Amino acid sequence: MNNGLTPQGAKRAFRIGNRTLSMIVLLLIANAVVMILCTGLGSTMISPVNVVKALLGHGDAAASMIILKLRLPRVVIAIMIGSMLAVSGAVLQGIVRNPLTSPDVIGITGGAALGTVVFILYFSHLSIRFMPVSSIIGAFGAALLIYLFAYRHGITPLRLVLIGIGMATAITAVTYMLILSAQFTPTAVAVKAFTFMTGSIYGASWERDVLTLLPWWAILMPLAFMNARHLNVQALGDEVAIGVGSRVQFNRTMLLVISVALAGSAAAIGGTIGFIGLMAPHIARKLVGPAYGGVLPVSALTGSLVLMLADLAARTAFNPLDIPAGVFTAAIGAPFFIYLIFRHRRA
Amino acid sequence: MNALLHTRAQRIAGFILAFLILIIGMICSIAFGAANIHWRTVIEAFTNFNGSQEHLIVTTARLPRALIAAAAGASLAVAGTLMQAVTRNPLASPSLFGINAGAAFFVVAGSAFFGAGGLSTFATLAFIGAAVAAALVYILGSIGSDGLTPLKVTLAGAAMTAFFSSLSLGVLMTSGQTFDQVLFWFVGSVAGRDLDIFLSAAPYMAVALIGAWIMARHMNLLTLGEDVATGLGQKTLTIKLIAGIFVVLLAGGSVSIAGPIAFVGIMIPHLTRHLVGLDHRWVIPYSAVLGGILLLYADVGSRYIAFPKEVPVGVMTAVIGVPFFVYIARRGDAS
Repeated sequence: MNNGLTPQGAKRAFRIGNRTLSMIVLLLIANAVVMILCTGLGSTMISPVNVVKALLGHGDAAASMIILKLRLPRVVIAIMIGSMLAVSGAVLQGIVRNPLTSPDVIGITGGAALGTVVFILYFSHLSIRFMPVSSIIGAFGAALLIYLFAYRHGITPLRLVLIGIGMATAITAVTYMLILSAQFTPTAVAVKAFTFMTGSIYGASWERDVLTLLPWWAILMPLAFMNARHLNVQALGDEVAIGVGSRVQFNRTMLLVISVALAGSAAAIGGTIGFIGLMAPHIARKLVGPAYGGVLPVSALTGSLVLMLADLAARTAFNPLDIPAGVFTAAIGAPFFIYLIFRHRRA
Repeated sequence: MNALLHTRAQRIAGFILAFLILIIGMICSIAFGAANIHWRTVIEAFTNFNGSQEHLIVTTARLPRALIAAAAGASLAVAGTLMQAVTRNPLASPSLFGINAGAAFFVVAGSAFFGAGGLSTFATLAFIGAAVAAALVYILGSIGSDGLTPLKVTLAGAAMTAFFSSLSLGVLMTSGQTFDQVLFWFVGSVAGRDLDIFLSAAPYMAVALIGAWIMARHMNLLTLGEDVATGLGQKTLTIKLIAGIFVVLLAGGSVSIAGPIAFVGIMIPHLTRHLVGLDHRWVIPYSAVLGGILLLYADVGSRYIAFPKEVPVGVMTAVIGVPFFVYIARRGDAS
């Protein structure tokens, strides 16, 4: 298999086989098609041709307004958040060497949501640009707690997952408590909090959401890709990794920081959108094999595809109601999770 | 295991003491809150009701609340005990294994889509949801040659919880119900219910609690392991099935009156086993009383955390439960 697992291959950041490359191209095309379709579908239907026209600046005024101002930011946000969650999950699964973990299952996303809620309730006078910082702090707080609690002569995946699930429940409860004890009219805040806690990209705008998230996306995603080779080495187990000269602990910490930061900043805008970080890496491994040089980009593209479609369903399935996209990712994700347990039953 | 109370006399004395604490908790729950009511007035409200505002608060708001807290706590604790005995998994509990979330989803969906509003339908829906979730998690968790491993069943439970809660939230948003009320229930709260709600589920819970105690001897044999239990002439499948039905009645009943309250079902059975050992003839009644105590006092405490606003009691149990959970998860893994 041409997957860059050899030490020579690991020296280069990417060594991507033809199959992986063609898969990436294929997924890019799929993403572009779905993006155009998603932008066109909604309470006002716009044909794909008109969508492309509007994107190129030649559409009629009304359609362009709907597309550029309302739908496109939402689709762009879906792409960014979907890819971030997917890569975060892929990196986390690589570190823990357990295919059943993901940032939302073990409570990291929950910590980010708590951070965001704290920001909304107590620091709303600051610029929204700082919101991801608050979410990331929350995510790191949760990750640190889980890590500390799960640490006993090292970390076992079982303990990490169990502790993570328990912490996730508690963090969610604390978040609800903060929301409920806040000094707002309860119903409006409750609706907003509910939407946020389920994960939604309703009403995304260029100024507020896309620009806030973009710097994080632009820094963290390349950083994750550049560290893909360390994940390959980690996958071989600690002893082999040390044997081939990898600074295992340093790299693991580095990777963990990237994963948590990705999940945290994504949750700042999207809330707790579940299961994408779990599903996308699996689909990616199915498509291009286990080498992370291929898994990370393919995960990212799969994640964005899944979230775009989930959000499309969220917008249109119960039109005119806008359901949180997280409901749909959970509706697909939970059966997928069950399938994973079933498939790994002999593991 | 070294039980703290090992003679029969000690255990009976301990039980009476716990029961007294439970009663005191109920009186506190009735007396304290946004309006503090003197305990003498509380007693008067029952013996010599005169229709004053204080008496009305006691009989229509505080009394149902105290009863619901005690009943839900007892039910969740015993449900957890039964589940831990059947699955032989120290983390088994209605909240972690998705049973509460399943019951909650069925209640939410039933009332939103089919306009089910009657109290008895509420309870029935909760029972169906609890049964569906319990069956799903049990089947999913035991797929494969290695049987019901703690990791698999816990993950299956977590996945079902996430699944059902997301769907519940989706349904809530589409149905546009009165949101703040539902939110409190959804996090787990015993506030704002009247006596009829309690009475709608109480018979089922009472039957299951007594039934669980009656079959305590069989639960003891089950914890020895399937093979030993079968060898001693037990019909393990029947026992598990009956225990499963009790779990569904207990968890479903408590969800229908108090929402999905987390961690009670994990904490209390461990605490109880620490007190009285592994004999379920003691563990079950102790669990019931201690579960009631926990939820009663947590509920009283929840009135003061963000005074004068109230925090759902489910938040309190989650916060109290985490250290416990961490302790159990760390220890259970080593064995």
